[in-house]
Amino acid sequence: MTPSKDKSKMPVRSRLTSRRSQKSRKNGFSSEKNQLSALQEEKLKEFRESFVEEFQDAPLYAAVMSYLFYFYMAFFACIKDLMIRLGVRKSKRPKEYKNEGFVPLYPEFEDFYFRHIYIPYSWAFNKPISSTAGPIIQLMEREVVDGGWQHRLTGVKTRMINTGSYNYLGFAENVGPCVEAAEEAVKKHGLACCSSRHEFGSLALHNELETLVARFVGKPAAMVFGMGFSTNSTNIPTLVGKKDLIISDALNHSSLVTGARLSGATIRVFKHNDMKSLESVLRESVVKGNPRRHRPWGKILIIVEGVYSMEGSVLRLPEVVALKKKYKALLYLDEAHSIGAVGPNGRGVTDYFGVDPADVDIMMGTFTKSFGAAGGYIAATQVNINTLIEYSWEIIDHIRGSSHSAAYASSMSPPVAVQVISSMKIIMGEDGTDEGKRRLKALDENNREDILKTRFLSAIIYFRYFRRRVKEMGYVVFGHNASPIIPLVIFAPGNTA
Amino acid sequence: MAGVEHCPTEGSPGSPYYFQLSYFTIYLTKGIEILEYYTKVPFYHVLFEAVLVIWIYRLITSKTFRFREQKIELTEKEEEELIEEWQPEPLVPATPTYDLDVITPKVVEGKPGHTLKIDDMECLNFATFNFLGFVGNDKIEDTAIKSLHRYGVGSCGPRGFYGTIDVHLELEERLAKYTRTEEAILYSYGFSTIASAIPAYSKRGDVVFCDKGVSFAIQKGLVASRSRVMWFEHNDMEDLERLLLEQKEKDEKNPKKASVTRRFLIVEGIYVNYGDIAPLPKLMELKYKYKVRIFIDESASFGVLGHTGRGLTEHFNVPIKEVDLVSVSMENSLATIGGFCCGTTFVVDHQRISGAGYCFSASLPPMLASAAIEALNIMEQKPDMFDDLREKAKLLHAELDGLQGLVCEGSEESPIKHLRLLEQLETIDDEEDKLKEIVAIALRNGVALTIARYLKDDEKFLPPPSIRVTVNVQLTKEEIKRGAQVIRQAAEQVFG
Repeated sequence: MTPSKDKSKMPVRSRLTSRRSQKSRKNGFSSEKNQLSALQEEKLKEFRESFVEEFQDAPLYAAVMSYLFYFYMAFFACIKDLMIRLGVRKSKRPKEYKNEGFVPLYPEFEDFYFRHIYIPYSWAFNKPISSTAGPIIQLMEREVVDGGWQHRLTGVKTRMINTGSYNYLGFAENVGPCVEAAEEAVKKHGLACCSSRHEFGSLALHNELETLVARFVGKPAAMVFGMGFSTNSTNIPTLVGKKDLIISDALNHSSLVTGARLSGATIRVFKHNDMKSLESVLRESVVKGNPRRHRPWGKILIIVEGVYSMEGSVLRLPEVVALKKKYKALLYLDEAHSIGAVGPNGRGVTDYFGVDPADVDIMMGTFTKSFGAAGGYIAATQVNINTLIEYSWEIIDHIRGSSHSAAYASSMSPPVAVQVISSMKIIMGEDGTDEGKRRLKALDENNREDILKTRFLSAIIYFRYFRRRVKEMGYVVFGHNASPIIPLVIFAPGNTA
Repeated sequence: MAGVEHCPTEGSPGSPYYFQLSYFTIYLTKGIEILEYYTKVPFYHVLFEAVLVIWIYRLITSKTFRFREQKIELTEKEEEELIEEWQPEPLVPATPTYDLDVITPKVVEGKPGHTLKIDDMECLNFATFNFLGFVGNDKIEDTAIKSLHRYGVGSCGPRGFYGTIDVHLELEERLAKYTRTEEAILYSYGFSTIASAIPAYSKRGDVVFCDKGVSFAIQKGLVASRSRVMWFEHNDMEDLERLLLEQKEKDEKNPKKASVTRRFLIVEGIYVNYGDIAPLPKLMELKYKYKVRIFIDESASFGVLGHTGRGLTEHFNVPIKEVDLVSVSMENSLATIGGFCCGTTFVVDHQRISGAGYCFSASLPPMLASAAIEALNIMEQKPDMFDDLREKAKLLHAELDGLQGLVCEGSEESPIKHLRLLEQLETIDDEEDKLKEIVAIALRNGVALTIARYLKDDEKFLPPPSIRVTVNVQLTKEEIKRGAQVIRQAAEQVFG
């Protein structure tokens, strides 16, 4: 039975109102809600004053040195290239097989950067470890062969404090209740389903995880996916199309950018976390509409992240919500780094700022970081219009039905799903212990004693303390105090290696 | 005359200044002549011409005759009105655009291996991509559990910052060795593997020749790459050559542009949507003839084709080195999660800085990587399982031949078969309903089948509806015969 048939039976007036109310509720706004009350205005003002983020400029010396570094690298790179061309020097680069006369595979400039800037420093990246990515890791040392084109493991392993992994709550561990639960899951369900969610890839576990996630983030429904990156890149296209507009933060993650590109919608960018810029883009878009089609936009989706992983900044959520309501836009919030790590209950930026999750239309997040697993979720507002039309459809149902991941990609691995279930239950305090509370408390520097008591001694855990100390030492630090990510800026690329 | 040539004087015809000077004097004298003319004509004539000149000047400069569009400035009040007026569309369309039954799929209990337990009933598994029966393999599970006790579940970071664990390096090395390539790169999701690999190489302005039957992940990779895509008919080499020639002609017209336009050819080993095999020898011939790099997605052919399961290249005895990039999803034969690309170091290494799914995603959970290593061990130890699988695929193909109202599509050796309707019905939905009926009847009789699910609005070239039947090596010959029998009876029931 299709909804349109039902609609036609209804009197015109009720059909109109039903449609209107459905619209407004679906988008998380209504005409009454659009205007902010005086109290809310005051709150926002207070928020604006209290919100502090720092982005120091580079000191002159550092800036000059960084430019000099690049100049130096480029200069010697040109000489090296010349010598190779003259046959004085031999290139150590691996060769392509049998493709003489083909168009070069890499563009000249990109290749230049890869050969001369990335390769000499490549050993500073992708360093292998041979333990859990927990608080203390075992780093496997490597030596450089052929000027960076190859690396050889020396067999030496060094124990190090880990400040690099996104292990905010210390769930990357190889003992404990989560690991036991994951082992059970392997024995019960195996390692993979070899099928998509639309076919035979759905286990009861997945449904259990979905209800739990929905409860955790405070939304009526959720869906989980096997990979965090593709949660964004395969689901944004199901939500917006070519008639719509995406307003994206300038520093959004690559997965959001990929998703936005795949959707075919027009993309406009506002300055990173700059609410004036967002408002001007929003206002212009709503007033002028789509310049190519000369029609108003179908819908406008604002895509932002809760905590930005490279800048350590925290989203100005209350202001974004106010703007979104004023201009009737929709909000897509990527909580990859904030879920579990920010807020008194670990429920992300909505928890931290005390914003009602209902004000955020789509909440996305990943399980890689705080939960020590893999995958991602999308939670959204469910619209129950059962009373008006027999069949009720929901945003999550729409995603379930038309997400690229759900139709074509393999479903989430059972042990990974179980790891998320058990770690999330610990954070929620539903496992019968106060383990979760302890871990969350440890995120706050005021509880130094607790930190020392817990065995989850990750350097990231007491990030506030860490941030203060690092600043005292004279480093340039970016971002917001509440962010678990503390970017130490060292400017000259040579310092990395 | 000779004297004039030897000592040219100013203004003489031989002098270089002659023309310039003479023209100047001509203009000057002409000008004076015109002025003189004005003194001779009646005064009203001069006045009339002056008025004309002024009028033309006015016409050009006056504002009313500017045809430029004026900028429309809205007042704040008008803007507010517009904002008030604008009603956005609902986030999701008012009517569902998807099949209603996909949102409530059958829930599988236990391990989705040899059989699927659905609604408390053990059904023979003819639906999942577990070709080699590695789901529920004790050895693999033991290895994974051991790995779990060593590394935990998640890796908590991308490969760049401490997400590279020794098992990832080991698996990459093993995969390169197994596929006989120089290097392999590991991705954490099968769908993202090829979808990230394509945009890593093919950029805006490049040309991609692609089969119309490719899977959705490739289609999305092509969209992300923003290259120009030239689609050729499914497995039609003549059509491909036609397009290649077309491009060659274009290149000859503009050789400067052609020297920076990369050309790629993208095919699948076994097409998931059709079940047939790509004609590799012909493709390789075209590769060298037209200088196109070839990428093969072997997601469904790795661990299936070839004497030792090394895929399409082994099947046709083509050296894998000549294929520029092979991409494989480990979610099918290897029965774990993730995917990998392999090829020469020159090609593959580039993805380590430009494969979006590699750089910006958390790495594969180490236990799943360990499972893949163990799966490779088993593949090396028992090379006869591939022949066994192909035997069974052939058996199923023979058994499914001549069903009532249905035709079995796909290569005999392929473990993926598509049962399509012999006669087209009015709409796709009608056809699907018929197929769903067969699936439902088979499920009641203990055979799990699935219709091939597509996102109808998003597929570039929607394949006709079908039941996708897959074989796994654990099914015995009797079970395959029984399964085929059930399908035969169901088809008779529906079409009879």
